Amino acid sequence: MLSVLALLFALFSAFPLPANADESALRAIVAKFATAKGFPAIETVVRDLGATGDPEVEKVLGALSDGNLSVRKADSQLFIVSEKGAAITLLDPLTGEPAGQAEKSALSKVKVNNALRALIRDALGSLTLGAADPATRLAAAETMFRSPDPGAIATLDAAIAKEADPAVRAKLEQARAAAVLRSDMSEADKLAAIDLIALRGDREALSLLTAFEVQASGTLKDAAASAVAKIESSLALWSAGQNVWYGVSLASVLLLAAIGLAITFGVMGVINMAHGEMVMLGAYTTFVVQAVIENAAPGLSDWSLAFALPLAFLVSGAVGLAIERSIIRFLYGRPLETLLATWGVSLILQQAVRTIFGPTNRQVGNPSWMSGAFDIGQLSITWNRLWILVFALALFALLLFVINRTSWGLQMRAVTANRRMASSMGIRTPWVDALTFALGSGIAGIAGVALSQIDNVSPNLGQGYIIDSFMVVVFGGVGNLWGTLVGALSLGIVNKLLEPFAGAVLGKIVVLVLIILFIQKRPRGLFALKGRAVEA
Amino acid sequence: MMTGRFFAGQGDRRVTIALLVLLAAAAIVPLLALALPADSALHMPPYIVALLGKYLCYALLALSLDLVWGFCGILSLGHGAFFALGGYSMGMYLMRQIGSRGVYGNPLLPDFMVFLNWKELPWYWYGFDQFWFAALMVLAVPGVLAFGFGWLAFRSRVTGVYLSIITQALTYALLLAFFRNDMGFGGNNGLTDFKDILGFNIQAQETRAALFSGSALMLAAGVFVTWRIVSSKYGKLMIAVRDAESRTRFLGWRAENVKLFAFTVSAIMAGIAGALYVPQVGIINPGEFEPGNSIEVVIWTAVGGRATIVGPIIGAVLVNTAKSWFTSALPELWLFALGGLFVLVTLFLPKGVIGLWEQWAQARLSRKARMADAAALPPATIVRVPSRSSGGSAGTTVEPQPAE
Repeated sequence: MLSVLALLFALFSAFPLPANADESALRAIVAKFATAKGFPAIETVVRDLGATGDPEVEKVLGALSDGNLSVRKADSQLFIVSEKGAAITLLDPLTGEPAGQAEKSALSKVKVNNALRALIRDALGSLTLGAADPATRLAAAETMFRSPDPGAIATLDAAIAKEADPAVRAKLEQARAAAVLRSDMSEADKLAAIDLIALRGDREALSLLTAFEVQASGTLKDAAASAVAKIESSLALWSAGQNVWYGVSLASVLLLAAIGLAITFGVMGVINMAHGEMVMLGAYTTFVVQAVIENAAPGLSDWSLAFALPLAFLVSGAVGLAIERSIIRFLYGRPLETLLATWGVSLILQQAVRTIFGPTNRQVGNPSWMSGAFDIGQLSITWNRLWILVFALALFALLLFVINRTSWGLQMRAVTANRRMASSMGIRTPWVDALTFALGSGIAGIAGVALSQIDNVSPNLGQGYIIDSFMVVVFGGVGNLWGTLVGALSLGIVNKLLEPFAGAVLGKIVVLVLIILFIQKRPRGLFALKGRAVEA
Repeated sequence: MMTGRFFAGQGDRRVTIALLVLLAAAAIVPLLALALPADSALHMPPYIVALLGKYLCYALLALSLDLVWGFCGILSLGHGAFFALGGYSMGMYLMRQIGSRGVYGNPLLPDFMVFLNWKELPWYWYGFDQFWFAALMVLAVPGVLAFGFGWLAFRSRVTGVYLSIITQALTYALLLAFFRNDMGFGGNNGLTDFKDILGFNIQAQETRAALFSGSALMLAAGVFVTWRIVSSKYGKLMIAVRDAESRTRFLGWRAENVKLFAFTVSAIMAGIAGALYVPQVGIINPGEFEPGNSIEVVIWTAVGGRATIVGPIIGAVLVNTAKSWFTSALPELWLFALGGLFVLVTLFLPKGVIGLWEQWAQARLSRKARMADAAALPPATIVRVPSRSSGGSAGTTVEPQPAE
């Protein structure tokens, strides 16, 4: 990444843009500083430099503004000086490269005053506004919006007239509007400016307008007040939207954690307290896969998750199969005993992982396509959360397909609905049980791959999810995948909507209490199975 | 039915023995700890007294769980919550007893409140400077919570696994709540640094011995109460609800009331256990609400033998002795051992240690009978017969299925 940047940089510096190709012409103008006598003369030189529109002149103008531009008396050469101790280092005014040293007495400073400084600032502002890269222009416009300066209106007008990129033009117009509010322009102009800023609708626009409202009067004050109110309400809406997004994101995590449980608990009726540990095994599989890939084939590290997914499914699925065959199958029909035995299994798995990998958190990296964030309006959305949402929905769709559209799913449902009848029809119920349990565990492992991206990979990873995922399944209704989806969504969103009012912990407590109360009302969850299977 | 009455008779004998042992321990242990000189072989060092006292509290907790799980079929995964609430009630009393001897020397506010810049005592801390009030709260807080929770849950017929899961949610919610500093229960650190109880120094050997005796007496009282409840007609009703709830309901009994009664009594017992536990270990913090702790209580009961009165006591003492030994000798193996215990007990010992003992005793009994009856029988059948008559007894196969 860095080397690419360096290469690009080298390319750009090797082929300078046409505007600054004519370095000697620039040098000729710069040299005039040495001969210019008096402020008006220096002013002319500054204007000339600004008119070149060449970013190269930034250095020399900056130095002039800071009073660091000096002329060597001996040969009237111009240098940027930098004082270090007694000796003064001379720098080339255009390239900024060192060009020897000099005594203080051998130099004479190019004088500068405030009027000149203002001129320089404008010139510099319009220079960046005229930069070739739209991102630079956008950043310049943004800076000018944040520190509005009435003096820059003319510069901005010129820039707006030249601007071709609509995004940059909008920003420039906003910057101009902000400057107009500070200037002594007519009321109509200011009203238009208020409208323009109100359209922007973010926190900066809000603070700008609130500041303006305080010192404005008459219609302007009213207009500003109504604009502020408008922005505030739209911001409230956006922040509600952001909370909903957080809620959806939490819901996707809950869905991932609970979806395997929806199979083992929901469809089979097995209370698997070791479910969280299946998730943990998936996360540790991801860790091992990443470590191996880093050692063996570092080029593939962005694809490590693709390798981890099937492996995690196999690892957790195999462990699940082993648990089913060795313990759970002896306990069918005794859910409370199953609960205890699987709790024991979860303790053993936790301790095993702790013994092998150590008790501390393990680092699992994000692939590059899952890092970073992007904005929609005022919403900030991180890529990894978005991918996890997509992944959870895809997994949900896949499971729905397996259960409703494949013959295996049909057998699974048949065994759930009526074990003896299914057995009489020739379905090998023990085999279906084992595979279903393995499927649920494998799905939990896959969830672990996803959760390793946003959570600490430690032996306690699973513990944190077990209660939540049981809540989701019980709330949504046992034996119904849609119930799990709706349960995860509503719990996630309610939790995040409560958080701003109640705080994170209290919000969670409230949700738990609500679920406990909800279970009283509908003991079988939102989407209860109908019929005699319920009693089993 | 014959065997049922036979077991009941044996149960009575065991309960009597247990009561006698507990009463004897309450009298003898303080003597061993206090009256004997420190170099005597029979002298009991203070830490052993404290450890045994702790085990007795656990035993009372396990017994309380047994009352609802063993006899009424309600697997509560939140009994640790009632234990901790009782403990917090006692802890609040002990905190108020510190008075101005705290680090900040505030006569009214406990240290953590001064630290958090609280100006006055929250209303729910009022009254805890009186022992009688704290003792009342030890009973009332878990009791009222269990009553309210049970009233809601049992009335709407939340049963089996669903009930287990929401009791777990209950203790989890309380865990989160008590971790908050704003709750006014010391947050993360809980309540600690106790000075004295009823005017006696809590660290003194005499106090510790007295606390041990108190625990033993309370456990004896718990055993007695449980025994009276279980062997009463109401106890029979509890067992009926456990084995066939719908059938019991169809016969005209209010199953929810039976469960509610058992659940509330059990919660109060758990609260008492917690209240005795806190002065002996010297701290109570939100960790006691961990769902894992509550599940561990279940395994104590299961190891000893559910639906027996002595079983949970034996189980609690056995498992906790093992825990003390493992955590000092082989700390990394403890979770393996505990996990293995969960699996093995549920798979192979559905009636726990007591069941194993009964099986063995019966095998011996019937072998004797058979030996006397017909000496010519081949040994193979002799081994088979007892395993059929007692091994699967009432554990799983004979258990009536829920009414359909």
